[in-house]
Amino acid sequence: MIPYAPLIVLFPLVGFLLIALAGWKYRSERLIGIVGSGVVGLSFALAVGVLLEMAALPSDARSWSVDLFPWIDTFTGTAGSFGISVGYQFDQLSILMTLIVTGVGFLIHVYSIGYMHGDEGYWRFFAYLNLFIFMMLNLVLANNFLLMFLGWEGVGLCSYLLIGFWYQKTFTGDAGKKAFIVNRIGDFGFLLGMLLIFKTFGTLEFSAVMSGASVMTAGTSVAFWIGMLLFIGATGKSAQIPLFVWLPDAMAGPTPVSALIHAATMVTAGVYMVARCAPLYALSPDALLVVAVIGGVTAVFAATIGLVQNDIKKVLAYSTVSQLGYMFLAMGVAAFSAGIFHVMTHAFFKALLFLGSGAVIHGMHEEQDIQKMGGLKKYMPVTWATFLIGAIAIAGIPPFAGFFSKDEILWYAFSSDLGSPALWLLGALGALMTAFYMFRLVYLTFYGKERFDHHHVHPHEAPKTMTIPLMVLAFLSIVGGFLGVPPALGGGHIIEHWLAPVFAPAQRTLMLSAHASHTAEYILMAVSVLIAVGGIYLARRWYLEHLDVPDSMAAKFAGLYRLLWNKYYVDEAYDAAVVKPIQRLSDAFLWKVFDMKIIDGAVNGSGWLAQTAAQWLRKVQNGVAQSYAVIFVGGILVVVSALLFF
Amino acid sequence: MLTYTDFLLAMPLFSLTVTVLLIIATEAARVGRARFSQFLAITGLLVTSLLAGLNLRESGVAFQGMIATDAASSYLTILLSLAGIVTALVARPYFEHRDAHRGEFYILLLFAIIGMVLMASANDLITLFLGIELMSFCLYVLAGFERTKDKQNESALKYFLLGAFASAFLLYGIALIYGSVGSTNLDAIARAYAGISNQPLFLLGTAMLIVGLGFKVAAVPFHMWAPDVYEGAPTVVTGFMATAGKSAAFAALAIVMIRTFDIGGSTTADVLALLAAASMVLGNVVAIAQTNLKRMLAYSSVAHAGYLLAGVAAGTAEGFAGVFLYLTAYTVTTLGAFAVIGWHERTNDEGTSLDDYVGLSQHQPVIAAVMALYMFSLTGIPPFAGFIGKYYVFMAAVRADLTWLAIVGVLTSAVSAFYYLRVIVMMYFRERDGEHIPLPRIPVMIALGITAALVIVVGVLPSTVLQLFMPAM
Amino acid sequence: MLESYIPIFMMLALGVAFAVAMGKINEIVGPKRPSEEKLSTYESGMEPVRTARERFSVKFYMVAMLFIIFDIEVVFLYPWAVSFRSLGIQGFVTMLIFLSILLIGYYYVWRKGALEWD
Repeated sequence: MIPYAPLIVLFPLVGFLLIALAGWKYRSERLIGIVGSGVVGLSFALAVGVLLEMAALPSDARSWSVDLFPWIDTFTGTAGSFGISVGYQFDQLSILMTLIVTGVGFLIHVYSIGYMHGDEGYWRFFAYLNLFIFMMLNLVLANNFLLMFLGWEGVGLCSYLLIGFWYQKTFTGDAGKKAFIVNRIGDFGFLLGMLLIFKTFGTLEFSAVMSGASVMTAGTSVAFWIGMLLFIGATGKSAQIPLFVWLPDAMAGPTPVSALIHAATMVTAGVYMVARCAPLYALSPDALLVVAVIGGVTAVFAATIGLVQNDIKKVLAYSTVSQLGYMFLAMGVAAFSAGIFHVMTHAFFKALLFLGSGAVIHGMHEEQDIQKMGGLKKYMPVTWATFLIGAIAIAGIPPFAGFFSKDEILWYAFSSDLGSPALWLLGALGALMTAFYMFRLVYLTFYGKERFDHHHVHPHEAPKTMTIPLMVLAFLSIVGGFLGVPPALGGGHIIEHWLAPVFAPAQRTLMLSAHASHTAEYILMAVSVLIAVGGIYLARRWYLEHLDVPDSMAAKFAGLYRLLWNKYYVDEAYDAAVVKPIQRLSDAFLWKVFDMKIIDGAVNGSGWLAQTAAQWLRKVQNGVAQSYAVIFVGGILVVVSALLFF
Repeated sequence: MLTYTDFLLAMPLFSLTVTVLLIIATEAARVGRARFSQFLAITGLLVTSLLAGLNLRESGVAFQGMIATDAASSYLTILLSLAGIVTALVARPYFEHRDAHRGEFYILLLFAIIGMVLMASANDLITLFLGIELMSFCLYVLAGFERTKDKQNESALKYFLLGAFASAFLLYGIALIYGSVGSTNLDAIARAYAGISNQPLFLLGTAMLIVGLGFKVAAVPFHMWAPDVYEGAPTVVTGFMATAGKSAAFAALAIVMIRTFDIGGSTTADVLALLAAASMVLGNVVAIAQTNLKRMLAYSSVAHAGYLLAGVAAGTAEGFAGVFLYLTAYTVTTLGAFAVIGWHERTNDEGTSLDDYVGLSQHQPVIAAVMALYMFSLTGIPPFAGFIGKYYVFMAAVRADLTWLAIVGVLTSAVSAFYYLRVIVMMYFRERDGEHIPLPRIPVMIALGITAALVIVVGVLPSTVLQLFMPAM
Repeated sequence: MLESYIPIFMMLALGVAFAVAMGKINEIVGPKRPSEEKLSTYESGMEPVRTARERFSVKFYMVAMLFIIFDIEVVFLYPWAVSFRSLGIQGFVTMLIFLSILLIGYYYVWRKGALEWD
């Protein structure tokens, strides 16, 4: 399988081309669905094959890179030359991410067959999805920064296209634009970071940069700025403070898109990038601290907003932002494999939750407000069961997947040399709120009184193509965590062992000391389980048993409630601080003075000049061959005299 | 004496010759109709490009130093065969539509390609001249292929008269160079170049060569024929002439000026730079005033000759690479654009005016999109082929201390956006009231597919293309 | 060097002198009975002054062109024939190829009816 590994990337491209070129003509949903899902399935199967063969190799032979063909070559051999190939790097980290992308991607493709049924843009949707998978695989498998950047921008483009998929509605278009613009701000940081890397190391190949980094002295300002600039890119793509504002709005897109792009895969690109650049970050503990703090604060910040939202997808969106914060917290305390582990488990349960919410929305005739739901348990049992599993997993109840990964992050936040009790506290606070708002969601949606209008809404279970992916993901959300059972619980922690060689150089540079005792780990574990149970209990009490409490709380803390309900007014603040001044500047100066007077003046002036000259010159072209010959002879005289007399 | 390697290196030429003889014989024996000739021509060209592909990594001199095969010439053979294939694909629908489909078209087409391949692989000024003449004669006839049409007759006659005029100068230049070097062999001239490059006789010869080849590539001030001929000739011929003809002539120019003469930094380079600047400015400025699409593309081809000359004027290996890359980009893009024009053109010479393209996107969105792609590429907008071509050529010019030329090039490219994008404006932002034109027939669709795909491939993967003809770079 | 050209110059001078002399003698000695027909320029029996925009039948060109092509190709046969023995079998085969190419052209011309006058 290994020689064919680059085909993993190729299949989705083929699918995209097939559907994009022929789909508009042959609008057979069955065929498009099969092709669209099939190519991703093929990629997944191949990735599994590669993984199995890779696992059979000795651990130092598990990383290799394939250069497919040269991509950009400026004139090599001269000064300032620059050469980049389209090449893919296969190692323990990238293959794991590939499996997540193609595996979860495949399930979501299958789910979409049912979800998008009857949509006008069915072929367009699958074309975009396949393109997304292709770009995401480029991002994950690239062996250099430039190709990664191509994937990085490519997934951004697909995200834009898919958020605004129902382009007939204004707000989806606006949400798409917002996502794109905010991401571009982050991408600019990534681009600058890339340029700084090229300036520092003279190459953009991962292997060369990382080996260059391993011999650099730690703590230099260059290392700090590389880390910071790349991290700005990550905050954009992975929706961290201060660039998280696009993700909640991105829920305007179709739900499978929210599940695939805005929960399971694309938004974790920033985390993956930081992990990929671990040796660079290891050079700058300051940069790591910034990453950890931003991650921890985002985890809490987004969770508080999630407490009061009523849109089922919005709650999940803020939950995603919060969970991504955990992953960055892990990165920041150099618990790279814990972070990647959480990427994986989060992909399972968050995709599950989103797809579940999609099934709910589907069954409720496009209703998204949880205040207008309730009691759906009996109407859609499969959705209810799987959604509940997802909620338990994310809340962190053992032995579900979320418990192991989140607990590991919290443990490292507390015990690592780079961590501190303060960071642990942030994480624990976030965990409490996560358990609370997730079960608030569950109770308001599936339990209690039926608050919807029975005359117009007839809740029903989703079709098979939708429920089967839900069940698969639910299964993964239950067992996914066993890949990372810590030694303290007698597990082998397969993920950590698997990824250890990838992060070994970074760990060597950081020279972290050994961990504290198992006792502390047990205590913290018990605390986090208690927190989760506490959160769930609180949600049950307030939203199932004493329904008046939330209202009285909201009245009591009206100011705080309004602040949370309005998401801390971040959008409004950005609007006032950034958007409005730029608009004013553009309107008053850039448009009316600079553009209309100076640019237009210059363009129209030169246009007029060219037009006039052209009208004059075309008269020379009078159609008479003899006069052409005369001009020809004149040209000869010019050339000869120029050559002979100058 | 002839050896086995001689034949090996000249394989593409042989396959072309055999094909054309086959077509002549079948045409004479009336075996099939013209479409059988088309089939033979396309097959032959495919075989030729395959053989040239096998020769990509070979290099050597054949036929007593008359012909030199290397990666560049083999690559150009492939490019020329491709241009031939696309032209042959488009020709049948075009000529059948106006009842002028004859097998002779393919005979002339293939003979012209033989001439072009000979030019690209010439290692002797005599071979070069032979190739140029073979190509030119075929193009003269092709320009007036529908012999009952006045406009085509005018086009052919003008082309012939001025072409003969230019050939005389070219031959004179060859004679003068022979006089000062004592040989017409390019290797011998290259060896003698350092010693004689300042001799007036040699310089005069160089001037005449520049004049003669300048005519073939339609560089200002030897461009006057181009607009009239391009407009008058059948559109498929115009497309072929503007791309393959120019490619071959530029290959010859690059081989003589860069490989043989090593003109970097000399007065010759300055003269070429001057012609380049004049072509860029004049071609782009006059193109603005054109209302006929064929005529507009004729002036634009003058402008492109200017960009290409900038690469030649650089006189370095980078310039050589730039010229070849630009030729690739220009050829695939312009071929496609002319294929669209040929499809859109009606029998009575209507449909080539810019106004006829109003609102095309509404009733043939795919064709309009492809045409827009070509226009973007010609403007030089990334990630399409045209951008990469311009990038490499200007880069070479800057590195050869011709920064001013690169600046002129970039500025005039900006001017060119005006008339290229106007086509897109016409197609997309105006309401359609014209007749409905059915989708092109399958061969044209294939031709459009090939060229459009290449426009993107060359634009995205320039290095891969570059390595085909410059293995060392 | 230059001395060797003297006979040529002498020949040239003699020729010119002879021609001029003959013309002059004719002018002086000959009888003059001019008529309109006699005064007009001699053009091998054609009417000397006519419209220049007369059209020739393309047949003439066709024959002339074909003649020139085949004539010139045949010229190639001469040097080959002279050194036939030293060129050997390879020269023979080459010439056969050349002739067969020519033959294909001839066949084409023939079948297309270019050799028939009407």
